[in-house]
Amino acid sequence: MSVRTAELFMAIAMFLASLGLMWTVYSDGLAIGWVAGRGPGSGMWPFWLSLGMALASLWTLWRWYTGVTPESRNREAYIDPDTVFMVGITVVLIFLLLLLSNIIGLYFSMMLFLLAYVRGLGRHGWGVTAGVVLGMPVATYMLFEVALNKYLPRGLPVFESIFMRIDDFRYSLMY
Amino acid sequence: MDSILTLLGAGLLQSFEPLNLAMIFLGCLAGLFIGAMPGLGSVNGVAILLPVTFLVPPTSAIIFLAALYYGAMYGGAVSSITLGIPGASTAVATVFDGRPMAQSGRADQALMAAAIASFIGGTISVILFTGFAPPLALFALKFGPQEEFALMLVAFATFIGLGGDDIPKTIFSILIGLVLAAVGFDIISGQPRLIFFGMVEFQRGIEFLVLAIGIYGIGEMLWTLEHTKGAIQMHKVEFGLKRIVKNLGQVKKYLPTTLLGSVLGFFVGTLPAAGATPAALMSYGLAKSFSKDGDSFGKGNVSGVAAPEAANNAASTGSMLPMLTLGIPGSPTTAILLGGMIIWGLRPGPLLFAESPDFVWGLIGSMYVANFVTVILNIALIPIFIRVLAMPFSILAPIIFVLCVVGVFATTDRMFDTWLMLLLGCMGYLMRKLNYPVAPAVLAIVLGPLTERSLRQSLISSQGDAMTFLERPISLVCILIAVALVLFPVISNILRKRKATLKAAE
Amino acid sequence: MNIWKTLTMTAAALAVSAPAAMAEWQPRKPVEFIIMAGTGGGADQIARLLQGLIQSKGLSPRPFIPINKPGGSGAEALSYMKDKEGDNHTLLVALNSFYTTPIIQEELEIDVLSFAPIGRMAMDTFLLWVNTDQEDITDLDSYVAAVKAADSTWKVGGTGSGQEDSILTAMMEKELGYEVTYIPFPGGGTVAKNLVGNQIDSTVNNPSEQMEFWRAENTKPLVQFNGERTEPFMDVPTAKELGVDIEYYMQRSISGPAGMDPEAVAWYQNLFEELFNSEEWQAYCESDGLTCEKWITGDELAAFHEAQLKRHEELIEAVGAESIMSK
Repeated sequence: MSVRTAELFMAIAMFLASLGLMWTVYSDGLAIGWVAGRGPGSGMWPFWLSLGMALASLWTLWRWYTGVTPESRNREAYIDPDTVFMVGITVVLIFLLLLLSNIIGLYFSMMLFLLAYVRGLGRHGWGVTAGVVLGMPVATYMLFEVALNKYLPRGLPVFESIFMRIDDFRYSLMY
Repeated sequence: MDSILTLLGAGLLQSFEPLNLAMIFLGCLAGLFIGAMPGLGSVNGVAILLPVTFLVPPTSAIIFLAALYYGAMYGGAVSSITLGIPGASTAVATVFDGRPMAQSGRADQALMAAAIASFIGGTISVILFTGFAPPLALFALKFGPQEEFALMLVAFATFIGLGGDDIPKTIFSILIGLVLAAVGFDIISGQPRLIFFGMVEFQRGIEFLVLAIGIYGIGEMLWTLEHTKGAIQMHKVEFGLKRIVKNLGQVKKYLPTTLLGSVLGFFVGTLPAAGATPAALMSYGLAKSFSKDGDSFGKGNVSGVAAPEAANNAASTGSMLPMLTLGIPGSPTTAILLGGMIIWGLRPGPLLFAESPDFVWGLIGSMYVANFVTVILNIALIPIFIRVLAMPFSILAPIIFVLCVVGVFATTDRMFDTWLMLLLGCMGYLMRKLNYPVAPAVLAIVLGPLTERSLRQSLISSQGDAMTFLERPISLVCILIAVALVLFPVISNILRKRKATLKAAE
Repeated sequence: MNIWKTLTMTAAALAVSAPAAMAEWQPRKPVEFIIMAGTGGGADQIARLLQGLIQSKGLSPRPFIPINKPGGSGAEALSYMKDKEGDNHTLLVALNSFYTTPIIQEELEIDVLSFAPIGRMAMDTFLLWVNTDQEDITDLDSYVAAVKAADSTWKVGGTGSGQEDSILTAMMEKELGYEVTYIPFPGGGTVAKNLVGNQIDSTVNNPSEQMEFWRAENTKPLVQFNGERTEPFMDVPTAKELGVDIEYYMQRSISGPAGMDPEAVAWYQNLFEELFNSEEWQAYCESDGLTCEKWITGDELAAFHEAQLKRHEELIEAVGAESIMSK
């Protein structure tokens, strides 16, 4: 896909999204005009601004058609084929990181993510990999849980109970 | 005036007590690191370290928290400059020039400018605070919904300078930010709005940080990955005494914008509800509009780092004012400080200055000291911060991704928002490649709720008469400033052209 | 996502049933302390005070973390509690929007009576406040005259349509026969500031939100809506004394989500009872005009909630939901 095509698709998609927003406001029955004695209705702001989005998208489409924007004249690939793998795999890995967080917890999925990235993509030695894979969860735990009192997702109860033990140990030291 | 100096002297002495000095030092250091983490701002730090402070007397505790607040304000710039991710909404404007500077190997210079500008901003605002707290509190009371809305118009007027050259795409970007800001429960009517696909999670709205970290964290990293092909180190940075001296010498280059930003930031900060984000933004916009080479802003102009940093630090001091005198927090962080004060039995309000002078002046005294300590710490830590940039990208990138996820989760406590972050990040990346500017959307989502609310409150109270904005003097002045800001680039362009034609005619 | 939710839930149920036989229940992770109002308001002050007391007295092995969820007059907080069904580490600091929001926003499908009743910490009161600059207004009669003279342009500030103060405002409109313009702000603290700054003409605020301004003589109370005069407002008449049939309280209670383990409920009930009886809490009640005479918990509290819910249904029906919401 060339940059030119991408701009067309994006403008159309955004135009449709704007219409969708307007439809959502309208179908929820929010007042888009003036409510007597009450001031502007709750749908006024999102509705008319979405209309503005739609118009801005139409304007972009016009500029694309007349070839005013540099993108509309650019026939190079939208995403560089040399790097599409790199970018794609990164997105997939983050996706897996989030997905696994619900199951095995953020700490374990973080370790897998770092392992895949540093060792698999970065081709770093095992020493560096181990340092990052082990150091990061420990640092996260110390900063977020110990210092800032946050409770990060630990996944299914089986995995959660592992961390509960660590918590117990930590609270037994200091509260 | 004399009595103020006496009280201030006592306050300063108080902050030099060993315990309080230690509190300032610890607070600044902790704040710096918390602020430097993407997603974590002073809110997290101050909120959660509050319990620790039960161990020490109230004055020391509030000094600790205030120091932490200051430290986090400085730290926000660190994340903006080195990683390109604004840790808090107040540091968004710092990314615009801080990031390009870091990419061209001038991270140390940007960090130095941020530290010094923050110091100047902080110090000027504390001086203003010391001298004019009571009259300013009265002024803040004059700020009703109409004035708030007019102030937001000024902030939006500065957007003109932020957008790219593609006008419809810039407009689109602002509007989508404003619309996304409306997601969730409407405060005026209580109705749920824009609950996409019936997902209840949207009832809570889309938080600024989710969008900001998505776009600047995920999106920016993907962009860098594509451009560097993932393998190379980002850039080399040197650091040495020589460079420090050289960087210090640059101060005069950005001193005027810093001074302007400090005063502006302080005044905007004192207004309840406004806070440091519009302050930083306005300061950046003004610096750009009135700069001789405005075109270099956004490409790594050191004034573009100094201006917002001076303003946001000044504003953070300023926002202490409505908290102390009115009990109204001017920012989420001061809200937490307020909570702390209530626990200690200190009631913020118009009588606090008279009834608890030890506490108030101890706090003010500590602000002076905290500023000083933070700037020293910050400069001393620059070598460590820029070391981050020297890490191989294939190690730095995954660490940043993990920090983005954890940072977003820590802010909102929901996995849903981390998914939203990934989605918005990918969208931002795809749109940015097509020359859609992203900064206006990010800022619009911060300013959107306040703008809409103040607009509707004003119109309700005026029974729908839009003239209400022009009838009130402060609001009128703000609107005139906004109009001037919009027209200024146009007029100066015309003038420049006329000059050029005149010259050509000669 | 849903599959995982179900899976986690089942697994959680399995895991929970196993160690139930163990010794006395105690929180094992930080407890989320959900506040259904914005920062600076009455509920927020109470939550932060309680958090501080729990921490400084070392009453809980894990910290309490206050989280504000003010969206939609408490709807955000209530939806969150609904999602947290069966969770033992989430508590809600409730006020009267605990009743009103589920009535007005039926589509949320929230049954507050299913929530675990922990304890009622206090009964708060409402007073009608005006700025001291309004020298002509000295009592309710002169107030009503002024509002009527303004002919529905009289601006009353509040914390949101559907919030208890909007109901009280609607009740006053009905009883006193006038109309006002109601302007919502994001929290009681902001309302107070706007009253002091003369951005609004009057408001019904809780004492804790106006206390400091009252002491500084920026604002003055005209009427209190208690049944009897309460400290420190002994010279402010009640509405009933003036022949206006309005009596309205604000409850300040703590609830857990539906399906909380009985052991956990019992543990929290004990904790808050201890707090209720603490010197610090009673002192706070006194200085802020709260009534904290009787500790109510368990079934008694559930009955109280039920009665209040019914009363609010009647009130809302009487004044009409339209006059509260901008529908």
